[in-house]
Amino acid sequence: MRTEFLDALLTLAERDERVVLLTGDVGFTVLEPFAERFPRRFYNVGVAEQNMVGTATGLAEAGWIPFAYSIATFATLRPYEFIRNGPVLHELPVRIVGVGGGFDYGPNGITHYALEDVAVMRVQPDLTVLCPADADQARAAVRATAELAGPVYLRVGKSGDPVPGLDGRFRVGRAEVVREGGDVGLVATGTIAREAVAAAELLAAEGVGAAVAVVSSFNPAPVDDLVELLERLPVVLAVEAHYAAGGLGSLVAEVIAEHGLDCKLVRCGVREVPRGIAGSQQYLYERYGLSPAALAATAVRSFASLS
Amino acid sequence: MGAVSDADAREALAAAMRRVVVEQSKRANVGHIGSCLSIVDIVATLFSGVLRRGEDDADRDRFVLSKGHAALTLYAALHLTGRLDAAQLETFCGDGTALATHPDSAVGGVDFSSGSLGHGLSFGAGAALAAQLDGSGRRVFVLLSDAECNEGSVWEAVMFAAHHRLGNLVAIVDLNGQQAFGYTDDVLSLAPLADRWRAFGWDVLEVDGHDVAALGGALGATGGAEGRPRVVIARTVFGKGVGFMESRIEWHYWPLSDEQHRQALAEVAGAPAG
Repeated sequence: MRTEFLDALLTLAERDERVVLLTGDVGFTVLEPFAERFPRRFYNVGVAEQNMVGTATGLAEAGWIPFAYSIATFATLRPYEFIRNGPVLHELPVRIVGVGGGFDYGPNGITHYALEDVAVMRVQPDLTVLCPADADQARAAVRATAELAGPVYLRVGKSGDPVPGLDGRFRVGRAEVVREGGDVGLVATGTIAREAVAAAELLAAEGVGAAVAVVSSFNPAPVDDLVELLERLPVVLAVEAHYAAGGLGSLVAEVIAEHGLDCKLVRCGVREVPRGIAGSQQYLYERYGLSPAALAATAVRSFASLS
Repeated sequence: MGAVSDADAREALAAAMRRVVVEQSKRANVGHIGSCLSIVDIVATLFSGVLRRGEDDADRDRFVLSKGHAALTLYAALHLTGRLDAAQLETFCGDGTALATHPDSAVGGVDFSSGSLGHGLSFGAGAALAAQLDGSGRRVFVLLSDAECNEGSVWEAVMFAAHHRLGNLVAIVDLNGQQAFGYTDDVLSLAPLADRWRAFGWDVLEVDGHDVAALGGALGATGGAEGRPRVVIARTVFGKGVGFMESRIEWHYWPLSDEQHRQALAEVAGAPAG
């Protein structure tokens, strides 16, 4: 997905000469085309994320549109207060780009797992949070930033494999339904949406009709779309490569509670600090109940418990 | 205007600013008075002839009060130079005011909201880089406290500015030797501060932070050779101008009693508040 991100950014930078790219020394073999094409608008600021965000804020205040790029945990958590008191407080068009949602950096260990970035970013009222689920959505999300006057957090996953049924659809503030079904719902964000669709296929084979929706936008959150989906479903699984608290599961809980919906919620996320636990993304999904088989089993249990 | 009259004007502005600081901090019953007083002469110098910011145009010089806890000094300067009217000044720390003890860019004339130490210099580095990309001669001034240099993020920005030859960036360090809980020498030593900035590639000037002529010279000129950014290390006295406050740790936080207010006003009453 990083390559598609960069392709879209090159197009954006071609059209708008205010676009600047800063990186915290991340993006080797990915960002070079930008550096070669726009050398005056590319800065490797070194391993210094606070200064990267602070510098981006100063550039944005003067009319530039900086993209600040690092691994998702480093791009969001280390400079978080600089994001809060900088682009958010001053309503400036800084684009924080976090690479690797959830367990994308599986073998690299816990320091590289972005398990709370969506939670901390979505609570900032004026920060648009975009989490594309596949390569086409990543391109669309980068394009969409051109219309956003305020700050943006863009969570860029590693895999760009297409989410079946999504067909590149992406709208800021909207959810995209990729599969219909009346027994259970699966709502997913990010590249793990593919696992949700695969789980729905397993459920279909067992005679359980599962709807699947992809939420790629928080702030604005697709509240109306979620209400429309959830008011006709008895149970929904919120699926995210993220801690169970604060992210998509919490958003869905807020929507259900605030709209008085009669829909049981099961938050499928990570509920412990993965200390001393690394491995492939697939292994970690299995371990934390996020593989297609585990999600399908959870859905069956949840559906059965209603009757 | 010659050098002597420049200095006279700055001293008059500084005296009036001290009076505003003492009066408003008493009216609002808030502290940070000592921190406000130590930078009065620096800010008075910036606002009398150094900052090119007559209008709100995008190409004005930028000023970041990175030691945001001294915002009252900035409000005093904005008030006395006609950017902040008396009615708004009187709202300082009141309910619904935009004038908190830390500055908010919602206030006209405040370029950047601050209050969390260690943030301003990286913003300033970006602002200076933007000016260079724009081909503009505008300059960026960032006023830091000495203890703010405890923050690692300051040194990230210091490295960045030197590497990118941001000669249009000027940092000013208010070297009053104090922080909230003690003297900087006791809490976390900064020495040798000038050498540290020099070693990071900055053009370093050390001045008496209450000598407005020296400050004018240091801040008026552009940066060092080869585009080096400049740091002006201004030796100051915490609480400068109010004898019982000078170099006393407790005046980081304490508000003034009625008797202290009378005494402080008498000491700073050299010039009428605007």
